[in-house]
This record gives sequence, C-alpha cells and structure tokens, in this order.
Amino acid sequence: MTTISSSRRTPQKFIAENGALAGLLLLALVIAIMQPTFLSAQNLVNVGVQAAVIAIMAFGMTFVVVAGGIDLSVGSIAALAAMVGALTAGPVGLVVGALCGLVNGALISYGKLPPFIATLAMLSVARGLTLVISEGQPHETDAVVTFLGSNLAPMVPLPLLLMLLFFGITGLILTRTNLGRRMYAIGGNEEAAKLSGIDVRKQKLWIYALSGLFAAAAGLVLAGRLGSAGPQAAAGYELDAIAAVVIGGASLSGGVGRATGTLVGALVLAVLRNGLNLLQVPPFWQQVVIGAVIALAALLDSLRRR
Amino acid sequence: MKALITARGITKQFGATRALDGVDLDINAGEVHVLLGENGAGKSTLVKVLAGIHSHDEGTIEGEASLAVIHQELALVPELSVAENLFLNRLPRKFGFVDRAEMRRRAPELLDRVGLNVDPNAKVKDLGIAQQQMIEIARALDKDAGVLILDEPTAVLTDTETDRLLQIMAQLRDNGVGLVFITHHLDEIQRIADRITVLRDGRSVGVLGPRATTQHMIELMVGRPIEEQYPRARQRRGKPLLRISNFTRRGVFRDINIEVHAGEVVGIAGLVGAGRTEVARAAFGVDDYDYGSVEVDGKPLPRNNVQAAIKAGLGLVPEDRKGQGLVLTATVGQNLELATLANRDEKRLHDIAGKLRIKGRVEQPVKELSGGNQQKVVIGKWLLADPKVLILDEPTRGVDVGAKVEIYELINRMTAQGRAVLLVSSDLPEVIGMSDRVVVMAHGRVAGELPKDATQDQVMALAVQEISA
Ligand SMILES: Nc1ncnc2c1ncn2[C@@H]1O[C@H](COP(=O)(O)OP(=O)(O)OP(=O)(O)O)[C@@H](O)[C@H]1O
Ligand SMILES: [Mg+2]
Repeated sequence: MTTISSSRRTPQKFIAENGALAGLLLLALVIAIMQPTFLSAQNLVNVGVQAAVIAIMAFGMTFVVVAGGIDLSVGSIAALAAMVGALTAGPVGLVVGALCGLVNGALISYGKLPPFIATLAMLSVARGLTLVISEGQPHETDAVVTFLGSNLAPMVPLPLLLMLLFFGITGLILTRTNLGRRMYAIGGNEEAAKLSGIDVRKQKLWIYALSGLFAAAAGLVLAGRLGSAGPQAAAGYELDAIAAVVIGGASLSGGVGRATGTLVGALVLAVLRNGLNLLQVPPFWQQVVIGAVIALAALLDSLRRR
Repeated sequence: MKALITARGITKQFGATRALDGVDLDINAGEVHVLLGENGAGKSTLVKVLAGIHSHDEGTIEGEASLAVIHQELALVPELSVAENLFLNRLPRKFGFVDRAEMRRRAPELLDRVGLNVDPNAKVKDLGIAQQQMIEIARALDKDAGVLILDEPTAVLTDTETDRLLQIMAQLRDNGVGLVFITHHLDEIQRIADRITVLRDGRSVGVLGPRATTQHMIELMVGRPIEEQYPRARQRRGKPLLRISNFTRRGVFRDINIEVHAGEVVGIAGLVGAGRTEVARAAFGVDDYDYGSVEVDGKPLPRNNVQAAIKAGLGLVPEDRKGQGLVLTATVGQNLELATLANRDEKRLHDIAGKLRIKGRVEQPVKELSGGNQQKVVIGKWLLADPKVLILDEPTRGVDVGAKVEIYELINRMTAQGRAVLLVSSDLPEVIGMSDRVVVMAHGRVAGELPKDATQDQVMALAVQEISA
C-alpha cells in the first residue's frame, strides 16, 4: 500500500453501495407475498409509468443536490411547461422550463440568494403564471404531447422508455462530463472548486437550467398521459422528487449522489404507492406509511455511512 | 515515574489498511512523549484510539487520567465567536441562558495564556489558521486534563507561536501532566522530547531517548538516510514569468513588487498576518485588489478571475487544504484532476500520484487519507495542471521529512523545465533552503529582499521590523 493502486469491485461492495436497491427488492418481495397480483406484467408496467414522472423530475434534482443545492420549484415548473405546451407546442414548454431554471440559477449565483429561497419564490411565480395563462382551466394537449404519454405497443408505454432515456442521460452527465464532475466538486467544497479554476457561478446556471428542463419534460409526460394540462398539476411533486434523490443515497449537504440511486428511489416511492393501493390501505394511512419509509431509508443510509 | 496511560498491542484495521499493528505506548506523568513517523504511519489513528474516537480491534488501554486532545484537523465552529468556541460545550450559564458576561471575563485570561491577542467577540472564520490553532490549544488547556495530546499543533504555527507553545508544554510537564506530541519538525523534538516512539507502517519500530540525533530519527522513521534536506538545484535565470507590480489592497498590503523569472524559486517569508497569503490570493484572482497589476509571461491578468489566471499559466496551492484545497467527499483521483478537467489524462494522473508516493488508492475518498497525504494530493493537482508559474502557500505543512524532499525535487524539476515557483512559507529553513531569493514581508509591505544563503536571523530581523507608513 505504499503507492496508488487499484481495487476490484466485489459483490459485497455492490450491495453495501446499493442499500436502496436492496430495500426496493425487499419491499417488492413483501408486497408480492401479500398480494400476488403485484407481480402481474400489467401491474409492473403501471408501476413503471407511475414512477416515470417523479423519476425524470428527480434526475434533474439529482444534479442540484449533488452540487449542494435544492430546487423546490420543479413541481410548478412542470405544470407551467405543460400548460405552455398545451397552449402552444411541446418544445416551447421545454424552453420555458429551462428558462425558469436559468432564472433560479441567476438568482442563486449572481443574486447570491440561498437556493431554498430562490426556488421557493419560483415555486410561487411559476404556479401563478400557470394559473394566469390557463385562466384556471385545464387545457387539452396536442397530438405530439399526448403521444409522450401513450403506448408504443401493448405493454410498451413511452413514459417508461423516456424514464430510461433520462436515466441514461443523467448517468452520462454525472460521470462522463466536465459539468458532472464539477457538480461533485462544487457540492463537496465550493471554495476548493473555485480555487481549482471552476467558474462556480456559471456552472450553477447550467445546473439549475438542467433541473428546470428535466422538470418541464416530466410535466409534458404527465400531461401527455392525462391528455390535458391542469393548473394544479404536479403540485407537491417537488417533495417526492427530493425524497427519491435522498432515498437513493444522495446527501443534502452536497457532493454525493448517483443516477442509479435516484432511479431506485423513484421506484421505491412508486412501488410503495402501488402496493398500498393493491393492499387497499386507506389513502390517509398511505401518507403515514410513505413518510415513515422515507425516514427509514434516510436512517439506514446514515447508519451505513458510519 | 507514574504511568498515566498504558496502551499495549493496539491494532486497528480500516478495510484493507492496517493502520496500527500491535503498538505499545506509555504516557507518563511529567513527560513529553513524541510520536514520530511518516505520513500515514498511524500517529493520528493511535491518538484517536486513545481518545475513544476509534475503537481498536486488539490490545488493551489502561489508566484513568482525564484526556484533552488537540486533533490534527481544526475542529472550531467558524460562525461562532472566539469566546464561544473556547467554551463550546461548557458555556457558562446563568438562569439557564448563556452567561455572556462571564464568558467575556474568562476568555481573555485563556487567550492570554497562549499569548493570543484577538478580540474574543470576533468570529473564528475571520481569523488566520495559526490563530485558530492557538484557540484550539487554549481550549484544551482550559480542561486541566491529566494527559494532553497534541497532534501536529505546530504545523500551522510560525516560530514565535511555536516557541510559546513549547514553553507552555514544558510548564505543564513540570506540573506533572503527561504529554503526547506529534510533529514533523525534528528540531522541536530535540527541544522538548523526553521519549520518542517511532512508528512505521503502523508498527512501533523503536523508542529513542531525548538526545537522539536527527539522522537517527530520520533513518528509523523513513527506513533510509536522507542526504540533503533542502536539495535546491539552481537554474539559469530566464525571462520574467510572474510580475506583480505596485500591488495594493487597502488595509491589507501595499506597494508590493515581486518578480519571478523562469527557472527561479522566489521565497516569501514573514510573520503570520504579514499579508503573504493575501497577496498570493489576489494575484491568483481569488480576491480583489485596489491598485497594481499582475502579469504572467508578459500578459496582464484581469482582476478577480481565477479562470483567466489559470489559462495564462498560473497555479496556486492554498494554505488551508481542508477549507480550500480539497473536496473531502471526492476520491483522490477526482481531486487530482480538478484543475485539469477539460483535458484529463489518466496516465499522468497515476504518474503524479506515484511520484508523490501518496499512501492511498486513486479511488479512495480523500478524507480517509492521513493529513500529510492529503497535502500531497493538493500539490499533485497543480503539478498535473503544469502551470508556468506555481504559487505554493505553505506547501509542506504536515508533510514528513522524506516526502518533503520529494516535493522539493518536484519543485526542482519544474524550474529545470523553465517554470517559475513562488514559495510562501513560514518554515524558515525551508524558505531559505529552497529559494534562490527571499522576499520578506512585514505589515503588508515588502520589508526587504535577501539573496540565497541568508541566515534565519537576517530574515527575522526584516520580518519583525516596524515600517513607518
Ligand atoms: N477513516 C479511515 N478510513 C480508512 N483508512 C484510514 C482512515 N483513517 C486513517 N486511515 C489510514 O490509516 C493510515 C494511518 O493514518 P493516520 O492518519 O493515522 O496517519 P498519520 O501517521 O497521522 O499521518 P500524518 O503524518 O500524515 O498525519 C493511513 O494509511 C490512512 O490512509
Ligand atoms: Mg496525522
């Protein structure tokens, strides 16, 4: 051990590093035993579709959280993007979402606002704008957006494929691009990142813009599935997105987080919701259980890190 | 002599690393026991085991003396005041609330004891790293413990403060306190040690008496003799690569003029607070300045723009590795490549890591490395970027004698390739031994310049001089 050497990956290490995955499998097993219909192909596809919107949103959130920030505005941005998409065209919605993210980034890096405050403001502004342009009414989506929520073939829903596509993109950005490496540096030690020549402010612009863009994509998928964009769509989704990222093992203090973790986190939430429905747990109790599971996941993770 | 703490056969394993392997240690009343060893030898781990921070896998620890520990990495709360940090965890209280009056009364006494002249109400984050270290020391002294362990307290101190600390330690020893002292400065060991335990790769390889020679200590610890502690190889001086002119920041530094030529190492010496780090940071574009200019290879740098400085060929190894140099959550490799993300080169990365003899794996989180090895990672990051001019701010803080020589050789190699180095250091033998010229700063001004082979006294005479404004 005198000099630098490489180590191999072992199965034990894989499990230790993927506690959330083990949790997901365990959860699925318990539900399957109690209610075998859980394992039906149709139901599994449903779970995937249910996970898709939160997952796509949570992938964008992963960038922000890895870089040591938080984005509370993703639910509202999703709704605004979907509404703009319904009133004009899908791509315009994406642009609007990215722009909202850019504004977040500018407020945070150049206005020096804490991310919590800047994105809390955007949460309100974007939701308000959605209500203004929709005049409080739901609007039907056009064929392109509706296609996003449809099935390519029986049992092959497009949202599921889109989720996997965004998963791949997120993994690539985090591990293979300079922007991704910089996210970890900024979240781990912003001062060290700055002294290493990283333009921290510019990077933050891109990071929040990405989060806005991903939120917009999630909003369009949601609208496509429902066939319409509603003024109150995706309200509260930001909390699910954050929960998915944290269940996936990311640290809210920055510098830690992975695409696989977030995917698993989103699946955990979807499996849980689906399972509780199948087991006919009353909706009020469902919330209690979901909250408990989030706390449990975070606890296990912090125990594992010790 | 009364044994306060007796440790026998201590073994500690971290994953694949055996940090301690059957180590014995006695801490006796009225004795300074020095722990000596290369970076990663296991010194801090032993301290943490004694302090109960790490559990040990094998061995026994006996004794019930109360323990105060000053850990290698500073553990102060930056946002709290000096006084609050001093009494953290045992804030004086009145009616259930913090008794500020009492705190303000007692803080100056404590600060006085370590000879620190700062406002107890100042926030710790506004103080220099040496002052922060003295606060840690004051805090530990206040506990009146039977055993005091100091893990590399002098790494961030200058000579005056070190003298003060050694005095305090001698006093405590006379009062029957048992002390454990870790340092990489062999001269300090000769001044204060009663007993020296040398660790190598987690094993105790020998116990020396107070009159051990430096050569003997080095051989035991490194496993081979070191010919030349400051192996500076001078080069022919080329064109100026760094030119700092009329550099001024109100209230911090004034009229600084420094030129560093290709092939040259220019040292900057001075007391803590002389403004050396501030000049380095402003030149690199981290902080702003009021007047003056910085040129790299004839090209003026825009102010406040680190990216432009790096592009022009400047690099800076900052003094505070934990706060400014490293991303602790990231791996060794990720830290090394931080300044060269745009064109990363795996082969050179492994090359540099090997050359610096970093004890650890490329994919290991940097926070698992020993302090000195972390410092090597910060330096490696900039060697990888291969700048025309590298500013090193206290580059060998906490680095063992063997590894120091390796860093000096890397400096030599840089200058042999026509690069230039500006070496800011409070380690007088180092700054004198490795520089071709030494610029001495005092009170934010250049107090004078000395040629190679200046004496420590000459440097100190300039460093303490009062300059009329
Ligand atoms: N938490 C940890 N996890 C894994 N390895 C560790 C951990 N802490 C220390 N080590 C390893 O144990 C060994 C001894 O480290 P230690 O910090 O005790 O060295 P040291 O003698 O204090 O060195 P230095 O002079 O650089 O401070 C090193 O190889 C280090 O990488
Ligand atoms: Mg140590």
